[in-house]
Amino acid sequence: MLRIGKLEWEQLRCHGEETYPYECCGVLLGQIDADGGKQVQTVVRCRNERLDSLRNRYGIDPRELVRIQRDARTQAKDIIGFYHSHPDHPARWSLTDLAEAHWTGCSYVITSVMHGCATETNSFNLAGYDDSKHFEDEDIRVE
Amino acid sequence: MKVLIPTPLRQYAGKQSSVEVAARTVAEMFSELTSQFPELRKQLFAEDGTLRRFVNVYVNDEDIRYLQLENTPVQEGDTVSIVPSVAGGVAIDNPVAATLSNDEILRYSRHLIMPEVGMVGQQKLKAARVLCIGAGGLGSPLTLYLAAAGVGTLGLVDFDVVDFTNLQRQIIHTVNDVGRPKLDSAAEKLTAINPFVNVRKFETRLTSGNALDIFRDFDIIADGTDNFPTRYLVNDACVVSGKPNVYASIFRFEGQASVFATQDGPCYRCLYPEPPPPGLVPSCAEGGVLGILPGLLGVIQATEVIKLILGSGDSLIGRLLLVDALGMRFRELRLRKNPDCPVCGANPTVHELIDYNQFCGIRGEEAPVRTGVPEIQPEELKARRDHGDNIFILDVREPHEYQICNLGGYLIPLGDLPARMNELDSSREIVAHCRSGVRSAKAVTLLRQAGFSKVKNLAGGILAWSDKIDPSVPKY
Repeated sequence: MLRIGKLEWEQLRCHGEETYPYECCGVLLGQIDADGGKQVQTVVRCRNERLDSLRNRYGIDPRELVRIQRDARTQAKDIIGFYHSHPDHPARWSLTDLAEAHWTGCSYVITSVMHGCATETNSFNLAGYDDSKHFEDEDIRVE
Repeated sequence: MKVLIPTPLRQYAGKQSSVEVAARTVAEMFSELTSQFPELRKQLFAEDGTLRRFVNVYVNDEDIRYLQLENTPVQEGDTVSIVPSVAGGVAIDNPVAATLSNDEILRYSRHLIMPEVGMVGQQKLKAARVLCIGAGGLGSPLTLYLAAAGVGTLGLVDFDVVDFTNLQRQIIHTVNDVGRPKLDSAAEKLTAINPFVNVRKFETRLTSGNALDIFRDFDIIADGTDNFPTRYLVNDACVVSGKPNVYASIFRFEGQASVFATQDGPCYRCLYPEPPPPGLVPSCAEGGVLGILPGLLGVIQATEVIKLILGSGDSLIGRLLLVDALGMRFRELRLRKNPDCPVCGANPTVHELIDYNQFCGIRGEEAPVRTGVPEIQPEELKARRDHGDNIFILDVREPHEYQICNLGGYLIPLGDLPARMNELDSSREIVAHCRSGVRSAKAVTLLRQAGFSKVKNLAGGILAWSDKIDPSVPKY
């Protein structure tokens, strides 16, 4: 279960509308409890570094990630997941999403942006690693 | 020194978000860290002991890749961050699930019974869209095998017509096709082999203006071109559009193949940042090519395309395969992504497609070669010889070319000329010739520098002589 406040929910969905027809991306900071339940406290926008293929790829600059990870620590928060948008594609993970996902136990939130409007948003929990790596559907509760 | 552990690795590091370690280098830090937490080792390192490619390591704000990698020194007070990469995207997945009819299942049965392909793999092949640049030597075996294997959409780019000199190697075309557009000839054969393939024809020269438009509807590009401007154009367009470039090239008895422009691998420009000066590397038309060689290399390209589609095996990404057909030896070179690559590097300077003829120092392929040396036209040479003028004909081709045909000239191959100038009489009028006029222009330059003032180049070489004066002289 991924719990997220109304404000943060709107923030991550709007981001995809702003960058349409390109993919947006960002980091979710918060807490993971012992059962794997997650609480989003902050949504951090990132720049999509895949300038070569902005319409169908995203990448977060590791330098930005290092800073976000360090700043989160000072606020006693953790990186608990990431979000990105799929312009004119469904809110399902793609094979590329799976191949490029390496943060086991974190949430990968995908928003479908059709003709510039955010439609469905889904969350997937990354489980396993190497050959056993897979995405599990994860419920979202907007509070 | 403090090591920040990312969320996914904490379960292997005693659930801590940071660990204090004493070390002088990054390598020591890792060895200290993994001796405290042995389970971290296989999360961070591949089986060969190298850091996994998706793991980024930063000392304070600097990536160790730009410092001294694992030898990067660290000291008290430093913060080392370990961050797995974050990326993904809709990318090239074809959302339309391809289903196979019973006829197709029968046709592909030898694929379907292999677990590495199976129904899922065959459906991926059917959903795949592959663009082949060139329907010539490499394009023939490449497209024939891709069509037979069941690649659903095959795009072909070519503007040429079939001629007799093609038939020695371009096995998709037959005698009956001579004079026809290569695209029509090729599409007919491909559809005859596999009617389930959707063949899309682009009868045009690939240019900076149309490349991205044509590439848009394809997932993988296979480069079967025979010239540098198009090769650089294909490479840059692949990098810009984020599509893999399955590359091969051939010359005489040698060929090379690789897969460029994937997200993590090098591109053609990482290997060859600049084209060779014009004229230095002869084309197949100038230097010749073993007819079977494009078969060998085109089939390697087809294999790499299929592997990329299936997502299995070890692809040639980051490896350059060198094929020597005469020695029948296969070697490979490791290629690295060049961080300073002008197209795919960290700070690219090329953001859009450029003028590749200009980049390669070519003024336009249609323009006649302007050599800048004194020339004589075939008609004038004929008239003056008929008139009885005492003109010395110097043939600067190779002996095996002389055997094909000659104008009765005195043979000194261009490469031997500097050492054999003493065989020539500088007081006589000399006309140098070769096959097309390019090599003999160099000979004229050499001779003029050496003081031969009465030397001219036969414009257009033997080819022009055959066209304009004597059609009984064969063209080759």
